[in-house]
Amino acid sequence: MVAPGNHKGYPYQRGNMINEHMQTVFKYPDSMTEVATHYCPGCTHGVIHRLIAQVIDELGIREKTIGVAPVGCSVFIYNYFDIDFAEAAHGRAPAMATGIKRSLPDRVVFTYQGDGDLAAIGTAEIMHAAARGENITVIFVNNAIYGMTGGQMAPTTLPGMKTTSSPRGRDVELQGFPIKMSEILAQMSGATYIVRRSVHDPGNINRTKKAIRNAFNVQLNQAGFAMVEILSSCPTNWGVTPADALKFVKEQMIPYYPLGDYKVADAVKNFITP
Amino acid sequence: MKELWKGNEAIAEAAIRAGVESYFGYPITPQTELLEYFSRRMPELGRAFVQAESEVAAINMVYGAASAGARAMSSSSSPGISLMQEGLSYIAGSEVPVVLVDIMRGGPGLGNIAPSQGDYFQLTKGGGHGDYRPIVLAPASVQEAADLTYGAFDLAEKYRHIVIIAADGNIGQMMEPIELPPPRKIEKRDRGWELTGAAGRPRRIITSIYLQPEVLHKFNVHLQEKQREIEKNEVRFAEFLMDDAEYAVVAFGSSARASQTAVKWARAKGIRVGLFRPISLYPFPYERIAQIAQRVKAMLVVEMSSGQMIEDVQLGVLGRVPIKFYGVMGGLVPFPDEVLPEIERLVR
Repeated sequence: MVAPGNHKGYPYQRGNMINEHMQTVFKYPDSMTEVATHYCPGCTHGVIHRLIAQVIDELGIREKTIGVAPVGCSVFIYNYFDIDFAEAAHGRAPAMATGIKRSLPDRVVFTYQGDGDLAAIGTAEIMHAAARGENITVIFVNNAIYGMTGGQMAPTTLPGMKTTSSPRGRDVELQGFPIKMSEILAQMSGATYIVRRSVHDPGNINRTKKAIRNAFNVQLNQAGFAMVEILSSCPTNWGVTPADALKFVKEQMIPYYPLGDYKVADAVKNFITP
Repeated sequence: MKELWKGNEAIAEAAIRAGVESYFGYPITPQTELLEYFSRRMPELGRAFVQAESEVAAINMVYGAASAGARAMSSSSSPGISLMQEGLSYIAGSEVPVVLVDIMRGGPGLGNIAPSQGDYFQLTKGGGHGDYRPIVLAPASVQEAADLTYGAFDLAEKYRHIVIIAADGNIGQMMEPIELPPPRKIEKRDRGWELTGAAGRPRRIITSIYLQPEVLHKFNVHLQEKQREIEKNEVRFAEFLMDDAEYAVVAFGSSARASQTAVKWARAKGIRVGLFRPISLYPFPYERIAQIAQRVKAMLVVEMSSGQMIEDVQLGVLGRVPIKFYGVMGGLVPFPDEVLPEIERLVR
């Protein structure tokens, strides 16, 4: 049913457009605030935020979830979620989440971190949270660049990729190799659910949502450390259009960062959806 | 009844009796007994304990726990405190109550593991980036270390601020007969700011970021008003034979212990000298120092550093009387027979 005046062809929940012939198939998640985000056009942070909010709604955990925000583009993530949130220092979100979770073990605690935050300055904190099997959920958004500071080389920047601090392209002889965090963290005995997903097209967005749901379910079942790495686009700092940025994720990032399940421990198999 | 307690363990037990709910730390000499003591006692009591991967992580775990409303603390020694300064700045900027114990050792750099008071600047002047000063309390005995720690949590919560127990390595390592305060039970409480999940109330955010300069300015004005309140209410000091003193020795912690003996010896020689011992290093007792400056002829500052607190003494005295300095560094401790000749030189 197409609502009057809705040329895009999908019904809104809002206003008086709902009648008995219409059913809601898409709405603003309750766990989100109705605030326009500050993200650049074509950035996939917004999509990932929505997936997390939908999962929180569906699991019915809004009132007991505490988020920990990173430093980077998503520093203001707490403006967009209608849940309690703490803002960590750069890279320290897993330590802060540890402090919260250990003090309030019956709450759901998640961190949201970019690749500079998690894979450079916060390497020690994420490694040891995983090693301890800290019962938290980590959403790791990897767009291969420092976005907020204006496009510098990240620990995840691909070989040859030009950034404002690798203007001739990342030279692995001088600047080393990008870090594959999911592969590394999968080696940790305390980590029980480590997967890499992408949000470059609808099918992958749906798979990402399922993985986020799994990662929260791992925590709800007290089954250890769970992380979903999500390949994300940064049209502004990559200097390409939003469409080309998604193409870059698919054609350049995925070959270096293959999607897949890097660790699904036996302990979590019963309450996750493959 | 008094029991013999080692300083580090007495501090840990006093914190437990004050109701600390979450402890996070990292081994470093000479404070490691604190970590060890908590590792044993906290799980017994069903409270949180984590040995972190670094002091950086430890203070951020404390930041998280305090944000979640828990009575939270960490402990370390000088190089570890340097690492914690980032977290302390965020904690000050987020206004969550935190207690930290610094069992000071020799520096700079790796220095050594012997007692020192060389952290005075980094503890009392802010330490991390931005405008804030933690409340810093310096015990001069194991009993006082336990008592100050016991009261530190209430103080931190009163101002939603950092309280640091600044004890030199002597205080942490020595054993003295003490009486421990009674255990307290901390009831679950909601003070309107802690993160517990937005159940039946609007969401809460704990953050230290204010992008707009006007907004950050306003927040800083608020923080400074709080600092003035602390300066008004929380000054603590002790005096020994100061009533009729013509000369004053100013010292804190172990330096004050050695100085007190030297003062007694000087009195026996007929020198009218007393000891002024700041207990709160921030807020510093400037007013009292100024009053003393009006009635003594000269002062001697004794420190286990090159002279850090002396700058605050000078600010209080404002040139009214001469101030001499005796300091030892490198992990050395001043002895009374070293301080006595310095007192005698004041008189000459």
